Amino acid sequence: MKTRTVKCRKLIGGCAEGEAIVSREAINFYLCDPATGELLEKNHHLKGKSFARKVVVLPTGKGSSVVQLDGLYQMLEKNNLPKAIIVIDPEPVLVSSVYVVNVPMVDKMEDDPYTLIEDGDWVKVDADSQIVTVAEKF
Amino acid sequence: MNLTDEEKRMLDGEMGEGVRKAMDMLVAMGKAFDAPRMIPVTRTHVAMSGQEGDTYWCELLVNGGAACKIIPTTNPNWDVPTLNRRYEVPADRLFLARRTDDVYRRIGAAITYCCTPELAGNVPVFGEHVAFSESSATPYVNAVLGARSNRESSVSALASSVTGVTPYYGLHLDENRRGNMTVYVDTEVKGPYEWGLLGWFIGLHAGTNVPVILFNKKAYDVRPTPEELLYFTTESNTSGAMPMFHMPGITPEAPTAEAAFGGNKSASELRVTRADLEKMENLISDPAGKIHLVLIGCPHYTYAQLRGVADLINDRRIHPDVDFWILSSWDAIELARRSGHLETIERSGIRVVPDTCMDQPPFDQFKGKLNMTDSAKCAHYQKRRGLPFVLRRIEECIDAAVKSSV
Repeated sequence: MKTRTVKCRKLIGGCAEGEAIVSREAINFYLCDPATGELLEKNHHLKGKSFARKVVVLPTGKGSSVVQLDGLYQMLEKNNLPKAIIVIDPEPVLVSSVYVVNVPMVDKMEDDPYTLIEDGDWVKVDADSQIVTVAEKF
Repeated sequence: MNLTDEEKRMLDGEMGEGVRKAMDMLVAMGKAFDAPRMIPVTRTHVAMSGQEGDTYWCELLVNGGAACKIIPTTNPNWDVPTLNRRYEVPADRLFLARRTDDVYRRIGAAITYCCTPELAGNVPVFGEHVAFSESSATPYVNAVLGARSNRESSVSALASSVTGVTPYYGLHLDENRRGNMTVYVDTEVKGPYEWGLLGWFIGLHAGTNVPVILFNKKAYDVRPTPEELLYFTTESNTSGAMPMFHMPGITPEAPTAEAAFGGNKSASELRVTRADLEKMENLISDPAGKIHLVLIGCPHYTYAQLRGVADLINDRRIHPDVDFWILSSWDAIELARRSGHLETIERSGIRVVPDTCMDQPPFDQFKGKLNMTDSAKCAHYQKRRGLPFVLRRIEECIDAAVKSSV
């Protein structure tokens, strides 16, 4: 299996690994069903896909200033939080919400995560060491 | 990050665990956004909304001994005595509402329960550094009032209330407030509803840019009301994340388009036509049919809007099969009561309730039934609770409530 190791920057500390899911569009986790982790949002390209226990690649967060956290908090209660988050443009609502539920989160990957990571790849995010390791699915 | 001695003491836990947590979050954010230091804030608004994740954070701080240094105003929760009398609410949800009340009193917040603090109750002045959460309030205080706030979450705004500071980055700095995208609006935009659709459309396309929005002034003289600007900011921050924009000749940091760009180049252009606005309604709305609930007031209806409803309903009655709620702020409702408009509204069967957000458990009993609103934000977030909504302007909502269908 081919693996790649890439430097990144820590936003929220920790280390975790899981299967990747790549979102081309901004995400508001409040529009996930906490019981399954599936996205409910009308018109989003990942509608019906689950973020539960996955490593989520997303461009940025969006939407209201309180619900992003509640979405993540309810996923935490159901053990369906993402394992880690790789973000392109962090924004304050996302960063502070992820801080509260304490999911490892990084940005500034040296190589474009959209080129490097595909759905189903196995990705390890070591935010503390500021390293992302990607193993391609086979 | 460069912290003052006092900030370091907060971070080291000398002022208690609650203050330490609040400062630790702000430092993490400061590092994420390359802030060189903190800056004092003089005003905060916390978008609590009776949401468990938010209440959990407030409890962590208050149980760690924290109290608010800067007194925040607070978003709505829900009016338990009024709504619990009418709808059955599960005990755990009832408990959460009371728990939220309790922790926010304990931490020393002003319990305003209103999502439009920037219109009354907590109005910053031009240039004031503040930490405002609530998606509609942040862009309103930045763009319309000329105060300075990043797009805070309820939890980061509470952290700033406790510590009195926020990381110095983003919209606190002149250079990040300047425009870098041009939006041409080629159609007339009338009333809060259409301004909301315009906001939704621009929010979808703005990304992280600061749009400079130019109106085709040949078509009409653009002079938006506070309610129109409020709906615009609400929807642009529901479809996207747009904490700052300029409308030359309208917003205070944009006397001209040139001043709005401040030397920046416009990196992209967007054109908005009548067809684009109409498309937005179809995109957000569920198909028409028999209506069970009409839910209005996301964001909270103002006194002017309550008067508007009184004029529209006049002496009509809404259909007995329809529940019709208007969510508004306590002071607007009191004004409507004094001026006689509340009586006109309530005589029709419409109910007006303070302190309440649409995204709350009493409305869960309308799950799976078709409902109606004039707020795209309401229609959007109620997907989470499984409530389909037809999205139309207030005039059509009232007509539909009389007939019980649209």
